[in-house]
Order: sequence, then C-alpha cells, then structure tokens
Amino acid sequence: MATTDPKDKVDTVEVSPTGQAMVIPSTSPTPRTERWRWVKMMLANRKALVGFVIIGVFILMAIFAPIIAPGDPNAFVGPPNQPPSRQYILGTNGQGADMFAQLVWGARTSLGIAFAVGIVTTLIGIVIGMTAGYVGGRVDDILSMLMNIVLIIPGLPLLVVLATFLPPGPLTIVLVLAATGWPWGARVLRSQTLSLREKDFVAAAIVSGESAPRIIFREILPNMTSIVVAGFFGSVTYAIGAEAGLEFLGLGNVSTVTWGTILFWAQNNAGLLTGAWWTFVPAGLAIALVAFAFSLINYAVDEITNPRLRAEREGSHVLRKHKIPFSRATPVLRAKQESAAGGR
Amino acid sequence: MIFASFRGQLRPEQLKSLKEAYGFVEGPLWKQYLTYLGQIASLNFGISISSFPAKVTTVISTGLAWTLLLGAVTLVIGFLLGNFLGVLAAWKRGGWVDTVLPPLTIFVGSFPYFWLAMLLLFLLGFKMGVFPMGHAYADNLAPQLSMKFIWSVIYHMILPAFTIIIVSIGGWLLGMRNTMISVLGEDYVAMAEAKGLPQRRVMLNYAARNALLPSVTSFGMALGFVVSGQIVTEIVFSYPGVGYQLYRAVQNLDYPLMQALFLMITLAVLVANLLVDILYVRLDPRVRVS
Amino acid sequence: MEYVTGRGPVRAVEGVSFSIAPGEVFGLAGESGCGKSTVAHAIMRILRPPAIITGGRIFFQGKDVLSMSDEELERFRWASVSMVFQSAMNSLNPVMTIGDQIVDAITSHSDLSKKQAWERAAELLEIVGIEPSRLRSYPHQLSGGMRQRAVIATALALNPPLMIMDEPTTALDVVVQKEIMQQIEELKDKLGFSILFITHDLSLLVEFSDRIAIMYAGEIVEMAPARELFDNPLHPYTYGLMNSFPSISGEKRKLTGIPGSPPDLLHPPSGCRFHPRCPYVQPLFKEVAPRLREVTPGHFVACHLYDGCQPGQSQVSLQAAVGGELKFGEKPK
Repeated sequence: MATTDPKDKVDTVEVSPTGQAMVIPSTSPTPRTERWRWVKMMLANRKALVGFVIIGVFILMAIFAPIIAPGDPNAFVGPPNQPPSRQYILGTNGQGADMFAQLVWGARTSLGIAFAVGIVTTLIGIVIGMTAGYVGGRVDDILSMLMNIVLIIPGLPLLVVLATFLPPGPLTIVLVLAATGWPWGARVLRSQTLSLREKDFVAAAIVSGESAPRIIFREILPNMTSIVVAGFFGSVTYAIGAEAGLEFLGLGNVSTVTWGTILFWAQNNAGLLTGAWWTFVPAGLAIALVAFAFSLINYAVDEITNPRLRAEREGSHVLRKHKIPFSRATPVLRAKQESAAGGR
Repeated sequence: MIFASFRGQLRPEQLKSLKEAYGFVEGPLWKQYLTYLGQIASLNFGISISSFPAKVTTVISTGLAWTLLLGAVTLVIGFLLGNFLGVLAAWKRGGWVDTVLPPLTIFVGSFPYFWLAMLLLFLLGFKMGVFPMGHAYADNLAPQLSMKFIWSVIYHMILPAFTIIIVSIGGWLLGMRNTMISVLGEDYVAMAEAKGLPQRRVMLNYAARNALLPSVTSFGMALGFVVSGQIVTEIVFSYPGVGYQLYRAVQNLDYPLMQALFLMITLAVLVANLLVDILYVRLDPRVRVS
Repeated sequence: MEYVTGRGPVRAVEGVSFSIAPGEVFGLAGESGCGKSTVAHAIMRILRPPAIITGGRIFFQGKDVLSMSDEELERFRWASVSMVFQSAMNSLNPVMTIGDQIVDAITSHSDLSKKQAWERAAELLEIVGIEPSRLRSYPHQLSGGMRQRAVIATALALNPPLMIMDEPTTALDVVVQKEIMQQIEELKDKLGFSILFITHDLSLLVEFSDRIAIMYAGEIVEMAPARELFDNPLHPYTYGLMNSFPSISGEKRKLTGIPGSPPDLLHPPSGCRFHPRCPYVQPLFKEVAPRLREVTPGHFVACHLYDGCQPGQSQVSLQAAVGGELKFGEKPK
C-alpha cells in the first residue's frame, strides 16, 4: 500500500443543500496546470456532458423566449384547460393562457432567480467562510456560531415566515433564499481554508510580506476553485427547488410567470381534479430536469476529484471486457495459452 | 396590525377583552415581547386567530402527532433502505445496483416534493382511484383505537409517505455509497478479508458499521430538508400535520399560530439533532469518555 | 501484476520468483514503492482493482492459489497464511474490541464455540505479552506497541505455517521496535512458522532473516542468504543500500545515499531498470535487461557486471567485477 502523509489523507463528508452527502477529498495545493485539467475531464465525462446539455437547452430557452413564444405569456388565448393540441402544444391553463408560452417565459425568471441565488450565496460563502477559516480565533467562533444557527433552523418554515413579512416578488425570494442558503458553502470553504492555511506555500507568502486579503484571494482561493464551483452548482440546485416551493405556497408574486407560480395556479385552479395534467406536469418536469442536470454535474465532479472512485471504475472496465465474474479477491487475468497449460 | 383592522368594527370594551384574551399587554414593545417569552416558557402560546377560540397549543398538538407519525415512518424507512442500498451499491461496484440506482435516485431526488406529490395524487388518486385523495383518515370515521381506523390511517399515509421516501432516498443512498467506497479502501477491511471472514461479515460488521458513522452525522443535517419536504407534501395531500397547519396559518394571517408552529418545528429539529448526537456516541467508541 | 490507470497499465511487479521453506525467515527489502507490499498482498489475493494479476503462479504447499475459488480462498486465508499489516492502528477495526476481532478469525475457520474462542484469544494475548483483560478494549485504547502485538496475536490465531509481516515495526519507535522483534523471534522459535518479512530497513533484515531478496522497481535484483548478502553484496543497488545506514558502533564512514530516485513504472527505463542510477553503467546495460542468475551457490543477482561469471567460480564480489575502486555517491556517466 502506498504510504501517504496521514495529514493529507483526511476525506471529509459534507451534506450538500440537496441532501446529498459529498466526500470532499483532502487538499494539497494544485499546480496551475492541474487546475484546468479537471475542466477538460468534466467535458469528457458522459454524465457531466448530459448535465451541461440539459442546462444549455433551458438557458437557450430562457434567452430566446421572446422569439420562441412571442407575446405576453399571461394573455388569454383560448378556452381554459384545453388539452395539448396542434395549436397550443402544451394546452391552456386555468386562465386560458398558453402553457407553452408560460413554460418558456417562466424559464427566464426561474433560472434567473436560481443563478442569482447561486452567485450571492457563493460570494457570501467565500467571504464569510474564508475569513472564518483564515483569521481564526474569536472571529471564527462568532462566524461559525452564526453559520450553525442558520443551518440548524429548518429551511422551509424559516423561508415561509420570512417571506410573509416581506413584499412578494422575485427579489424577495432571492434575498430570502440567499439568507438561508449561504452557510452550506461557507462551512466547506472554511474547513478547506483551515487546512490550506497550514500549508507551506501560505507560510511562504506570509513571510514574504503579503497582506492577508491578498493571501486569501490570490493564494488560497485559486486552489479551491473546484469546491467553489461545486458549491455554486449545489446552491443553484437548491434554489431552483426552493423557489418553486415558495411560489407554490403563494409567497412569490403570483402574477409573475415562473415555473413555481405555474404550479401554484395549477393547484389553485384544481387542475388536478379536472384532469388537466398539462397544467402542472411540464413545469415540474422542467424544475426536475434542471435540478437533475446540476446534480449530475456534481456527481461527475465527485467522481473526477475523488481518485478512489475513479480508480475502481477504470479497473472494472477491464474486468468486464474479459468477463471475469465479480469477486472481492484480486482478479487473475492470464493469457490464453498459460491458463490452458498451467492451472490445476 | 390585526387590531387595527378590527378597530372600525368593535366597540372599545370588546377590543380590550379581545386583546386580553390574546395576551396583549399595554405598554412598550419590549414589555410585550418579554410577556410573550414568559408565556412561551409556560407553553402558553395564546389563542389561535383562525381556529378561535381554540388555544394554539391544542391546535398544534394534534398536528404534531400526525406529523411525527408520518415523519417517523418515512425517516426510518428512508434511512434504513437508503443506507442499505448504498452499502450494496458500494460493495458490488459496477454491479447493477451501483449503475442503475444512483442516477435513478438522483433524478427522482431532483423532483420538488410537492410536484411528485401532485403527480402521484393525480395518477394514483384521481385517475386510477387506488389511493385516497387526502387527509389522514377517512372522513366518515372518528379517531378510535380500532382496526378499521388504524387501517384507514395506514391507507391514507401510503401516498404521502411514498412521496417523501422516494425523493429523499437518493440522499441516503449516495452518501452511504460514497462513504462505503472510502471505507472499503481502508486497511482494516483488507485485514478482515485477509482473515478469511465470510463476505457478509466483512461487508456489514467491518465496512458498513464504520461507514454508518458519517451517515449518522449527516442525518442531523439532512433532517432539516426532509422536514421541509414533509411540509409541502402534507399541504398537497391536506394531511393535517403541522406543515399543513403552517400553510393555513399563513393564508389566514394567523400570526400566533404561525409563530408557535415555527418554534415547534425548530425545537423538534433541535431535539432530533440532540438524539442523533447521543446515538453517535453510542456507535463510535472513540468519542466515549470513560 | 499490473495496475490499470487512465494513462496505461503500470507493471508493478515483474518476474518476481522465490520460494520459502518451512521455518525459514525470508526477508524482502527495497525502497518505498518497489513492489514488495504488492507481492505480499498478491499472495493472499487481497489487492483491489485496478490491480490485476496478469501472470505467474503462486503455490502454497502444492496448491495453486491463483486458481482458487472464493470459498477455497476464504479457507486458505489466515489458516495457511496470515499477515501482519504495516500500521496496526489502521488495520484494526476501530469499532470492535480486540477480543471480537480475534474471535472473528477463530470462529470463521474452526468449530470452536464462542466461549472456547474467547479462551483461545486470551491465550494468544498472553503469548504476546498483553493482559488478557485487554480483550475488551478498543484499538484506540491501546498504545502503539500493544496494538502491534495484538495484531501479531491475531495473526497467530490459527497457527498458520506462513506469516507475512509487512513493515511491522516501521511505525514504532526504536525501543519498542526491538522488543517486538525479540517477541517475534521467540514466537518463531517456539511455534516454528515461516516468515516473509518485508521492510525497507536492511539492517533489521540482516539480523533477523535467513535469506534476503532485494527488490528494485518491481523486480528482484539480488537474492542470497543473509550473512552472505551482508558480507558480499553484489548488486550495486544493494551495495548502495548497505552504505546508506549509519552504524552506531564501528568506524565512522562517509554516508552515501543513492543518487536519483525510483523510476516511474508507467515508463520504466529500458534494459536494466537501475541503469540511470548506476555508477558502473555501460551502453549494453541500457539495452538489455539482466536476468536473475546464480553466480555463487545460493547467491543470485540480476546484473550485467556478472555476465561473465560461472557458477562455482570463487572470489566473486562487486569489487572484483568492477575492477577497482568502489564508488558511490557520484552521478553516473
């Protein structure tokens, strides 16, 4: 077995906002060339590719909404609750609006909110998490306590209570989600900063007189790009589902078109009871697909960054090719002549 | 705020007695708040606005009972099943459990809880009529300790429980699978295999038993999300738990009820976390202080 | 055997061949990463994918280990060959008591009842010098030396004819190391098992083993009885290793290491794998790989410097082969 420095061999397990447990592999400073290698590996990974494609489709849908579905998506275009037809490929909802237009325009706001939340939580996470990790001491104690408090309070009830006191609308949702979602990334960044802080290259930077902010952002942060990116994806995944939840409960601005409000109206207009499945299935499916795409990407990132996961996968390909049955013992792969002559 | 809306309609004496009933005292805001805190300490949350004149505590206690029932069932089944499948997936890497289940459960895990609830309600409740469309038990029954009632409760619980379980199972499964894979690379597993122990023993007593520890740790954190999921599921199924009550409280602007529910839920999660911490100490001999 | 990596197969062990007689202590030495642990794990077939055994044979008392079925392997392991892992802290299950772990091994291979197994476990602990009451302790409650002894006790549980010891004392401080080595020696003399002793500490091996094999980059480069190896190291690498250890007693010598570092096994050097670091390298050595040959009775070496030697010829030594000053610590030409 290879000998590794026990300090390096610390894999921690964190729970992402979607409830997935991720194994964060140990850190050692990655050289510059290595940092972009994982980008290339991501593009080569099948799962990540599927994820990117799905998200790409929806982003395009959102950007080109005025072209794909011109006009006001809330406009009354036909009899309400019409099933999908050639004219309206996704039918009409309870108010007689075109479901397809609703879906396409909804992508804009929904994705917009989700990405905004992702960016804000990542930024807050970087600032708070890295400060806590780097400065340590009382500052760290206070910030950690703050993180733990926000973490322990269950999400949805807090969101509900906050949202009732604020005016409904996308901005509120972004604020509320960011305010409750930042600790996840912050915690991970804090622990990584803590371990990176002990490394030699940081000591060298301190000795050569670099100022603390410079060390944090120029030295430590680049080594954590993969975690920051994974955190961003996780936040977006969380946001997409959570905003839909809030809007479904009626806490968003119900006259704006988002996937969540589509579902709100479907529930309120008793779409279920009239059998109008097209009023809620597409919107929910869109949310599910976007969340799924981001989860896929995160899953792929896990595989790429965790060498153990990768190594075993590579081995199993060879075994399957040679049709060796599953066994926990070391597989024996012999050339054909040898096994015929030798063996028992 | 509430009283301002009433002012035009009630006579001053009525307003005063109403205020008293709701526990409002005259005086500056901080005095009101302290009084409120004192009342909470004695579990006196006041009277619910929407279910007047029922006290908030009465309203919550029934809801809490239903929520705990549903929650306990779904958590236990989800955690056990998810972790067990995770163990299997990691043990036979590249096997069908490992190839099919993780992506599948991630996909289903990406569904918003309420959407899946709507889907199931629509398909199995409305279209196929196999399962009831809501509530905790049949409308024509009264709570009683009879087989008929118990069966009705179970019958009504199937769809909501199923929703929560299959959305949350992905989290347990993947977490356990990844931890197991790490654990399987440890020396003590290699030694256990070298000892010629039967496979199942190595898998369960040496590997899974150790992989369980981080899983239990993350249980506490994941709890918050399952609670959120349960709330929306209750709403869709009109299941009379605290989630559904919170929803109704928000709709009716029943602030006393809302605050109390929020506090209750937070407290429940805190208590659960505490229990999980205690459980962890029992499981990991290294943290026990002799 | 090889490891499958994303960049191509890595041949970790190549052409390693040796046999161990009953009651013999066979030492296997070399730098980290030379493949000695790999050989040990391969014998018990506990290497994990992406490692694959691609050739060769392993025979134990006449039985072919490589064609054993899973059930046969389970019976074979521990009862025929047991292993003492490098780090006792890592090789003991942290959530089970020591007693449970020893009893596990016993009950899965014999028909003893739980009670009898526990009694046997208590005996074993006594043999290695640990209080039997410690059976109920968890690994983290024992000191480093005690843990290692507990692991040895576990390895003895079924009286295997062969024990593999993979760097059993590396993680311990020198005093404890000495105690453990003495303990192992006593046990070996009393119970009569063979040992495959793996370490990078050559001085330890010379004292303790009957025969020693030196590995480099996945191959055996020299193999001889211990005393013979110490008195007359033939391979330049062996010579370099000998000179890398300071001796507390004896004259002061200039300490020389071996310049360079072990090769990347993904692209091993052509010809003799040691040639980039060898001070006596000749053009031929870079082309043709040397084979392990017996140059004096019982003494094998894989080095072109001895190509001209015939078995039975006396006066074989590195000095003679090189014809002059023995040098080391110099960069090869």
